[in-house]
This record gives sequence, C-alpha cells and structure tokens, in this order.
Amino acid sequence: MTDNRNNAAPIEVHDLTVAYRKKPVLWDIDFSLPEGQLIGMVGPNGAGKSTLIKAIMGLLPLSSGFIKIYGKPLEIQRELVGYVPQRESVDWDFPTDALDVVTMGRYGKLSLFGRPSKEDKEIAMDALEKVGLADFAKRQISQLSGGQQQRVFLARALAQDAVIYLMDEPFAGVDAATEKAIIELLGELKNKGKTLLVVHHDLNTVAEYFDWVMLLNLRLIKLGPVQEIFNNENLRTTYGGKLNLLSEMAEKIGKMP
Amino acid sequence: MDIWDLTVRFFSMTDANVRYVVAGSVLLGGIAGAFGTFAFLQRRSLIGDAIAHATLPGVGFAFLILGRKELHWLLLGAAISGWAGALAIDAITRHSRLKLDAALGIVLSAFFGLGIVILTYIQKTGAGAQSGLDKFLFGQAAAIGRQDVIVLAVIGAIMVTVLLSLFAKLKIMTFDAGFAASAGLNTGLLQFVLTTMLVVTVTVGLQAVGVVLMAAILIIPAAAARQWTDNLKIMLVLSALFGMISGVTGAYISFLKPHFPTGPWIVVSASLIFIFSIMFATKRGIVVRLVRQLKNRRKMTEDHVLKVLFKAGMDSRNWRALYPPLHISQLWSFGAAELKRGLKRLVSRGELEKEGGMYRLTENGVSSGARVTRLHRLWEVYLERHLELPPDHLHRDAEEMEHIITPEVEKRLEEMLGHPVLDPHHQEIPYFDKAKS
Repeated sequence: MTDNRNNAAPIEVHDLTVAYRKKPVLWDIDFSLPEGQLIGMVGPNGAGKSTLIKAIMGLLPLSSGFIKIYGKPLEIQRELVGYVPQRESVDWDFPTDALDVVTMGRYGKLSLFGRPSKEDKEIAMDALEKVGLADFAKRQISQLSGGQQQRVFLARALAQDAVIYLMDEPFAGVDAATEKAIIELLGELKNKGKTLLVVHHDLNTVAEYFDWVMLLNLRLIKLGPVQEIFNNENLRTTYGGKLNLLSEMAEKIGKMP
Repeated sequence: MDIWDLTVRFFSMTDANVRYVVAGSVLLGGIAGAFGTFAFLQRRSLIGDAIAHATLPGVGFAFLILGRKELHWLLLGAAISGWAGALAIDAITRHSRLKLDAALGIVLSAFFGLGIVILTYIQKTGAGAQSGLDKFLFGQAAAIGRQDVIVLAVIGAIMVTVLLSLFAKLKIMTFDAGFAASAGLNTGLLQFVLTTMLVVTVTVGLQAVGVVLMAAILIIPAAAARQWTDNLKIMLVLSALFGMISGVTGAYISFLKPHFPTGPWIVVSASLIFIFSIMFATKRGIVVRLVRQLKNRRKMTEDHVLKVLFKAGMDSRNWRALYPPLHISQLWSFGAAELKRGLKRLVSRGELEKEGGMYRLTENGVSSGARVTRLHRLWEVYLERHLELPPDHLHRDAEEMEHIITPEVEKRLEEMLGHPVLDPHHQEIPYFDKAKS
C-alpha cells in the first residue's frame, strides 16, 4: 500500500466541473487535501457537497477536470478510498442483517465470482464492535434505529480498511450520544494517519470537530485550517448572496436548448 | 371424464403430455418467482411488466421470419424485443425530462400495440390461423411440449448458475448500487446481468403466464415470500416455491378446462398465497399481530388484578385476604367478562387462589403484584427526576410502562435512581419480593 501513496496529496482535484443535464452543479473545483487530517465540508443546501463526494468516488460523469488519489487515477487506487453514503440512499427494509451489510465493505477486494471468506466476516465483526454494535450483528437492518443504521454504514467503511474516507452526512438523524461516539471514532482514524473528508451541516460544531474545513457553494470558496478560514466573512460568502449571479447563469445554461 | 378422473390423470402424471406441462409450469413458475425477487427488491417490478409487454412484437416478428411456431426461436425474438424495450425506457428517462412512470407507460403501450398489430396480421394469413400466437397474451400451459421443457430446463440451469456464482455481488448491487460502484465493482456488468435476468424471466414466463399478467408473477410471489423471512436466500427459495405452486395450479386448472387460459389462474393462485402470507406470516402477518395484541391486553388485565389486590393489602400488610369478584371489579374499572377470564387465568397460573367464590393472592401473586406496583412507581420517579414533569402528569405514562419494562430495564432504573423508597406521590415502593427471590 505504501508504494501507492508516494508523497502526493491523498486527494487532488483539478479543475473539476460536474453538470447535471448540462446545468453545472460544481464549477472549476481545484484543491489538494492534506494527509492525516479530519476535514469538514460545509455549504448551503444544493451547494454540491454530495455531488463532490460522488465525483471523487467516480460515481458521476465529469464535464471536465480530473481527480487523483495519491497522485494516481482513482481506478487503480480504489482500495485506498472508503465511502459512507447518505443513510437515506438505500432501502433499509432490504432482507438482510447488520453483519451482512458490514461484510459488503469487503466486496471491493473480491474477484468477480469471489465470496466473502471467514476472515472477511471476522473483519466485519470487528468493525461492528468498534462502532458498538456487536450485539446487533444478526439484527434485521430495518429494526435498527436511525443512529444504529448510520453506525452500520460507518462499520462497513471501516471494514473497507481504507486510508482515505469520504463521508456524506454521517451525523444526519443521529442523537447526541451517537454523534459523540462517531466523532471519537473519526478522531481515532485520523490518529492512525487516515484522511477524512466529512460533509457536515452544523456550523456550531465545525470548530470543535474538524482540523480543516472546506467551504463549498457551487465553487470552492475556501479550504484551510479551521482557525484560519472559518470566520464570518468566509461564511457570508458561502451562504450569502454574492453567488446569485453564478447560480443564475447555471440555471440559464441548464435551460439552453 | 369427470373432474376426479382428470385430477388423478394430472397428478399421477402417467400421461407424458401431462408430465411436460407440469414440468414446464414448475420451471416457469420457479424461475419467475426466484428472479422476480431481485426486480421486486430493486423496485423494478413494473419495469419487468413493461419489458413483458415489449416482448410481443418480437414473438410476432420471429414467427413472420420463420413461418412456423418453434418455441425457442419465438422466445429469442421475445428476448430481443424485450431488451429493446428495456433500453428504450432507459433512453427516455436519461435523455428527456420525462419521469420513469411516463417512460414505462409509453414503452409498454407502444410495444404492446405494435405486437397486437403484428399478431392480428398473422392471424389473417392462412398459416397464422392455427398458430396459437394469441396464447401468448394470457398464457396456455397446455401447449408446453417436450422440446419446450428442455429449453426451459437449460435456461433455468444457466440462470441458477449465474445466480449462485454472483449472489454476493448481485445482493450488494440490489441493496446499494452507489456503494458497490465506489468499491470498484463492475456495476455496469452487474446491472446488465440483472436486466438480462429480468428479460429472460419474463420471456420464459410468456408461455404459461402470458404478456398481460407478467407483472403479477414478478411481484406477488416475492411480496408473499418477504412476509415470511428477513433473509434474502430464504426469500429467493420461498418465492421460487410460491411461483412453482402457482404455476402447477394454473396448469392443473387449464387441464381441467382446456379453454381457460393459464395466466389468470396462475395469478389467482399466487394471490391466494399472498393473502395467506399477509395474514399468517410468522413475523409480519396480520393474524400474528392480532394474537400479540390480544396477549398484551390479557397481560394488562392480569397485571391490573395483581396490582389492585396487592395495593389493597398494602396498608394492613396482609395480602392474603379473600375478595369477592365484585369487590375486585370495583377496585379497577374491569369489564365483567374480562375480569372473569383474567381471574381464571391467574388461578390456573398459581397467582391467585379461589375459595368459596372469592379470590386471594398466592405468594407468587404477592410478588407479581409487588413488581407491577414497583415498576409503576419507579417509572414515576424516573419521569419526575429526568423529565421534570409535575406529579399529576406521571400516572398515565407509568400505567403503560408497568407492563413492558423488562427485568434488565428495571435493574438499570433502580441503579440510576438509587433504589428510591418513595414515589412522587409519597407512596412506598415495595422491594421485599426481591429480597426473597
């Protein structure tokens, strides 16, 4: 794994533009993330936070630009990246149990016809234990609370054993105790040298939770250490009206024949 | 022949033709049931319906080109035009602003319309009159022959092999396609496999179920199977089994009455299985839920009897006094019949003793009454301390909680509250039954 990591940045995004039916939802995004940091991503609704995560994970077609993971294309570096999608993105009434979902974190390492081995199951069980759900391994997933479902998704990402983690709103709909448990877990991952990019909604806790922060609203407003860039002026730019022209033009392009 | 003779002939399967029909409908029903599960879980059942309707022009074209009716060529034509329908749905939703429901409606009716036009044309020509292509509309299992069974068995074997070797991947693809793609799985290929499975499923189902009712055999066995299990593998097997039963039932009825199409009967019997499952399934069934509610109501009555008798003896510390039922019913607003049955159950469980038409608590009964009273009062303490509710707001909540607090929760409550002696209404919280046990 170390040979894949060189000295390059964990994630480098170069001149990225993503459009949905021609309407740009991300413009000219350009950044490099520092290694081993816990980085929060904030911005208003519709700012393109999930889109950026999905674009980095290679789940969306790019209009322009490229993404590199430790200096190499995502296709050959996928094993280094773990992903926590939004909890609402799946049907939790699917007939399976918590351990099975977590085991899915191992599938990226299987061959086309491969099946999860006993070792994979053990890794998955360890991951469940780390998020405090060992007793719920055989529980049908629809019977888990929202916070527990969120932790199942986290455990699945842990089972991926990645060095970079992209997380889409891991705190959505969880109670305060679960939020605390999750942020502690993220801190542990960071201490192991992993890089985490986390979509976050609560501006009040940004300074407490994160080392770095990314301010996003269709374009990248600012990226840097929290104490340097997380101030009222930058937040006004992110959430305020200065971008109206940009959004208007985006609408116009989207409606062009 | 009367129905009995026909039934014997059908199920003894001495007649080779009957054997083919039964084997064919078991295969068809099984394949449709099993693979419909994936469409059901991916919420693509109605896409399956559109694909089924889209197979019809393919059947017609294949017949026109071939000039005669050979099932495997007709099915190949059906599969190709079914795939074209699937691609058309995809293209419409991707490249226009139309939503999926509109795309489904357009593709389903356009292909089906075209198919009917071609079939009508064939019927008018001399060769087509006896072709029996119209049987593809509502299915006719009686037409299944030896050749067809072999084709179906081969297709079924290939599908099951693919399923077994790709099961884990297909599962993650169905549950969370985005994550599967992020982990580097070839989701394009897997989705292709799933769509092909759907196309093949509706294609092989054509002869027995027919185009028009195909959605039913994709959805109903899977929906019924879902009621019984939370495990995908078991659900697949059950759904296949339900499909098989429905297939054979349809074939049997059209054997009795050859002019009946099979499809509607397959759907009717699948629906009966579905209704049975909804009612009686072990976890989700309506009947099971009703039984559980009844048990709860009974337990509440019993708890209340034990509680009021315990509280009645609290002041004098004499819990062994005899009470006539009328007196008990005045301690709590019991219904007469409800109380009578409750007392009977408590006597048979050894919590009450009956003497001369009157009742008193046994030692077990005293403990149980003490426990219900304790839980009620502990919960009131908890509400008062942790939710800061005023004393007159506590009773109703506690009234519910006293029946459902488990021994584990009880232990946590006691520890958290520090074994309080008095409840918010300054009534004693009894613990003595615990010291004994």
